[in-house]
Amino acid sequence: MARRSTPEVNAGSLADIAFLLLIFFLVTTTIETDSGISRKLPPMQDENVEPPIIKEKNIFKVIVNRNNDLLVEDELMELKDLREAAVAFLDNGGGVGPEACDYCQGSGDPTSSDNPIKAVIMLVNDRQTEYGTYIAVQNELVGAYNELRDRTAQRLYGKSFTQMEADYNSVNYTGNKDRLKEQIEEVKDMWPQKLSEADPKN
Amino acid sequence: MAKFNKKKGSELPAINTSALPDIVFMLLFFFMVATTMRETTLKVQNTLPYADQVEKLDKKDLVMYIYAGKPSSRFQQNFGTEARIQLNDNFAEVTDIQQFIYAERETKREELVPFLTTALKVDHETNMGLVSDIKMELRKAEALKINYTTRSGKASQNFD
Repeated sequence: MARRSTPEVNAGSLADIAFLLLIFFLVTTTIETDSGISRKLPPMQDENVEPPIIKEKNIFKVIVNRNNDLLVEDELMELKDLREAAVAFLDNGGGVGPEACDYCQGSGDPTSSDNPIKAVIMLVNDRQTEYGTYIAVQNELVGAYNELRDRTAQRLYGKSFTQMEADYNSVNYTGNKDRLKEQIEEVKDMWPQKLSEADPKN
Repeated sequence: MAKFNKKKGSELPAINTSALPDIVFMLLFFFMVATTMRETTLKVQNTLPYADQVEKLDKKDLVMYIYAGKPSSRFQQNFGTEARIQLNDNFAEVTDIQQFIYAERETKREELVPFLTTALKVDHETNMGLVSDIKMELRKAEALKINYTTRSGKASQNFD
């Protein structure tokens, strides 16, 4: 019997098969990561713990009612003005003596907050409030803190707070990370995010 | 002289495509590695609100997802239009959340448990009542790190 050579396999459709797979993975790929507002919930409290006493003037009350209206310090307000109002409250620095704030640039109104360390923003919302509104309000309040932290970081370290945090998380950062961490903590301590949320009312 | 004119056709030489599969395979492998399959099928409407003061949520393996919103149109006949919670692939009650958190913790290595974050993917039309209930359950389960997942955009877009 004559020796026959094996016929060559036709590889012409290999590219087609590869393309098919490629398109499948192209469609199912999601490269982008989620992003959002990070918050820390308060731990559960014992029933019999006395709540600390906070002076009325150190509380900035933000109420969102069931019609998604914004009530700031008992006055109706548009969302676009909220950040400015929150900044003015936190930056006020009306305290004297041991409660004075040497890095505040606010008006020093004695009826507003003493010191950013004492200032508390209280957010009350209704059970019927829409989540979108709630997030918008949260966003503005976090934005107010970020604005002030940026300002202080810029003054002390010559770069914005967001940049410092980005550097800290970046693998390509060449500077001293421990020092950067300390600086971040320092700015955070100067403007602590004291955002208290009450249980919603009906 | 006909001998020299033999090859003088007007057609272009064919391009050699034998390296095409290699290129395609290279791309294929890239996308295969970069792909993360969507693990859960959404049963609720999930139009996220907008925000611009956002932080990125890295380390996807350390994130637990809780979805909430109105049931999608094909589930509305059975489940109504009231906003519901979805855990993994199923509708759930508020009371199921603690169990869900504990079950998720079981699947992670012990030293990573403190870094677990709960991502709340809540539809922008949901009432805060439900969100507060979810947060209460998370506090009871001591899953205190949360992230309200949003789309990037101005906060004022939430009112459009």
